[in-house]
Amino acid sequence: MNHLTLAAGLMLSATNALAETPALTVYAPDYFGSEWGPGPAIETAFEAECACDLQFVTGDLMPRIMLEGARIKADVVIGLNTDVTKQARETGLFAPHGQDTSALTMPIEWTDEIFMPFNWGYSGFVYDNTKITNPPSSFDALVNSDEDWKIVIQDPRSSFSGLALLLWVKSVYGDDAQLAWEKLAPKILTVTAGWSEAYGMFTDGEADMVFSYTTSPAYHIMAEEDLTKSAAIFEEGHYLTAELVGKIAGTDQPELADQFMSFILTDGFQMIIPEGNWSYPAKLDFEKLPETFQTLPTPPKALLYSEEEAAALRDPAVEEWLSALGR
Amino acid sequence: MAVRAGTLSIWAGAVSAALVLALTLGTLGAVVWRADGFGALGPRDWGYVWFTVWQAAASAAISVALAIPVARALARRQFWGRSALITVLGAPFILPTIVAILGLLAVFGRTGVVSEVLSWAGLEPISIFGVHGILLAHVFFNLPFATRLILQGWLAIPAERFRLAASLGFTVSDVARVLERPMLRDVVPGVFLVIFLICTTSFAVALALGGGPQATTVELAIYQAFRFDFDLSKAALLGLVQVMICVVAGALVFKVRLPSTSGVGLDRVVRRWEADGLGLRVLDALCIGLAAVFLLGPLSMIVIEGIGGVFSLPGSVLEAAWSSIWVTVVSTALCMALALSMALAVSRLSAGAGALVEGIGSLTIAASPLVMGTGLFVMIFPFADPTALSLPVTAVVNAAMALPFALRALVPAVRDLQAGYGNLSASLGISGFTWLRWVAVPRLRRPLGFGAGLAAALSMGDLGVIALFSNPDVETLPLALFRLMGAYRLEQAAAAALVLVTLSLAAFWICDRGGRVDVDV
Repeated sequence: MNHLTLAAGLMLSATNALAETPALTVYAPDYFGSEWGPGPAIETAFEAECACDLQFVTGDLMPRIMLEGARIKADVVIGLNTDVTKQARETGLFAPHGQDTSALTMPIEWTDEIFMPFNWGYSGFVYDNTKITNPPSSFDALVNSDEDWKIVIQDPRSSFSGLALLLWVKSVYGDDAQLAWEKLAPKILTVTAGWSEAYGMFTDGEADMVFSYTTSPAYHIMAEEDLTKSAAIFEEGHYLTAELVGKIAGTDQPELADQFMSFILTDGFQMIIPEGNWSYPAKLDFEKLPETFQTLPTPPKALLYSEEEAAALRDPAVEEWLSALGR
Repeated sequence: MAVRAGTLSIWAGAVSAALVLALTLGTLGAVVWRADGFGALGPRDWGYVWFTVWQAAASAAISVALAIPVARALARRQFWGRSALITVLGAPFILPTIVAILGLLAVFGRTGVVSEVLSWAGLEPISIFGVHGILLAHVFFNLPFATRLILQGWLAIPAERFRLAASLGFTVSDVARVLERPMLRDVVPGVFLVIFLICTTSFAVALALGGGPQATTVELAIYQAFRFDFDLSKAALLGLVQVMICVVAGALVFKVRLPSTSGVGLDRVVRRWEADGLGLRVLDALCIGLAAVFLLGPLSMIVIEGIGGVFSLPGSVLEAAWSSIWVTVVSTALCMALALSMALAVSRLSAGAGALVEGIGSLTIAASPLVMGTGLFVMIFPFADPTALSLPVTAVVNAAMALPFALRALVPAVRDLQAGYGNLSASLGISGFTWLRWVAVPRLRRPLGFGAGLAAALSMGDLGVIALFSNPDVETLPLALFRLMGAYRLEQAAAAALVLVTLSLAAFWICDRGGRVDVDV
């Protein structure tokens, strides 16, 4: 332990040397802070106006928050998922965000005073439009279809997108969700632990459809000039996922944290989201979106459970899912 | 003096074993402490335990059963490209799972090469998804590893024995009975154990190729408990279940194993007079050929898919490669220090105590990386910023993860060394560093090189414990690949995968080659 203490001491003195520039520590998911995520551009943009050092600390957010508890080093946590915020809220670590969320550009009304969305998207099935020319136009059409489509989905026990699909089916079918899963089962090629494996199987041609987001085709169109990927739009509406940000109550940089929170809802931050995250910004006028995003088809309705409902539904819904797919 | 050297090496081995225990049971204990005790398991969880055990046992049994004829063929045949083939066959073992899944699908998937050929011939395409898919993937990963270890056993039989066998007019079955089966009885149980344990911690592969949630392993349940429910007490209990599986399997295997001392020879090229017949030549060619096609097929697909993007890889990926090399060097050195000290201790302890040390050395494969990472986080957090230590922690964890493999390569060799040269060294009064320098290291070159090669290749390919220790500014190559995949950049990810495989193979080759310098095989 001596070495660790020594290492800690060295780091501490390194921090002291930089004390003139205040540092804002932001916990974020791994993808967010990586070179390919929106983190680096956001860091540059914010540092240009705050005279501070914005530091992302990346990793699995919830386990980290729970493990660190009251000793949490973050000033702000960004990238929490809508379906698991109940636990985060119950830690009591978060303070009200203090921002005006009345003019968000989201299809739902936002009233939460603790967590604030910074991006959102519709879940959806993505397919190759050169192979599937008659995509399903509703969930019913998908589960009842005679077509021999092979779909890859994610496991709701290990993946947020898998959980979103579970809740989507639940919100469309309610008590008949298990029956819907049983009908869908023959079309499910396999279930993967994470989004990447599933998406890789789809782009490699192994699967005809993959559960992802309706904005996924935007990546292929904008980055690869590939127009063959489309999202099927279902008339029952699509489950919405948003990523949230929260301010830590015990922050030692309250002003900087507030400054960052209000920066999040400005164009300087929001314009980075479409191509940094391949999702919709939470507050950006439609005409400021990249052209491709403006032309993406959107579902007629957004579906979303409150965190209480999502937390209560999850375990029974996973049981139904396991029973239906357990074959 | 010899006594003192013996005591010293036992002490060094004990310290290494204690370090390994701290990393496995210690981290588990830290999680239990943080969770205030163990949770409870439901009927579903017991189903996962059962599935984990039987798929791992089946995977290990098939891998070993197939590896024996392949290793025998490689041991008794010399041909052009043999050593290159042996090196390349090590590749599947170190592939990141996601790359291996896509490589396997490119060959055995619905739209893979095999299905294409079948449908071209008017036959139904095959489906890889199901229990057979899991077994196929696990055999793909582990057959080369099993082959290498068993081949090592074959090469450890001194050439003089085969010479003597030939002069006594031994037939193939005589050689098998007198020389080969005793060696297999010694080597195979350990190999089986290691592969069984690797397969018990599989989850992404099992789930993706198992075709649905019926293919759920304990590790997935740990992931769920840790990441979604944040139920540390349940994660800890499941981690303990995994350790118990390891302990029970280890106890069974050490009961079956019959340690044999193959004796001392002059390490000359083995010529196998008894196996010169045409039938056996064809059989061996078939074994080697089939194994090569099975293993190289998906690898070739990885090369084909990755090669296009290699030259457009961003600079950050090369930086990541550099970090990975650094981590690999450190973790390989650490792993070999642990492995050598433990192997020396094993050879000097009683059979029971030796088995215990060896068993402890195998624990790290059964330990859940998630539990280990969480435990380390709990231990480090009060003293230092865990994220700042991401690379050193990765190096230490990778060394621990590779230890069982290095041990498997070293233990039989050190035991032989002790049996063959122990008395002579003692009577000459050679001990301590002099003994290591002049007796041990020269005689152990080959297993040391092989063990270091395995450790290096594994360390290069392992994601380590990134869930809690990732740092946006520091990335290893596997992490870079993972991030590229998460950002839709599958083409660049394929190229990064190719770089990763190449570097791992190079690391393996350098170490393994280093072990064979001055040896004319």
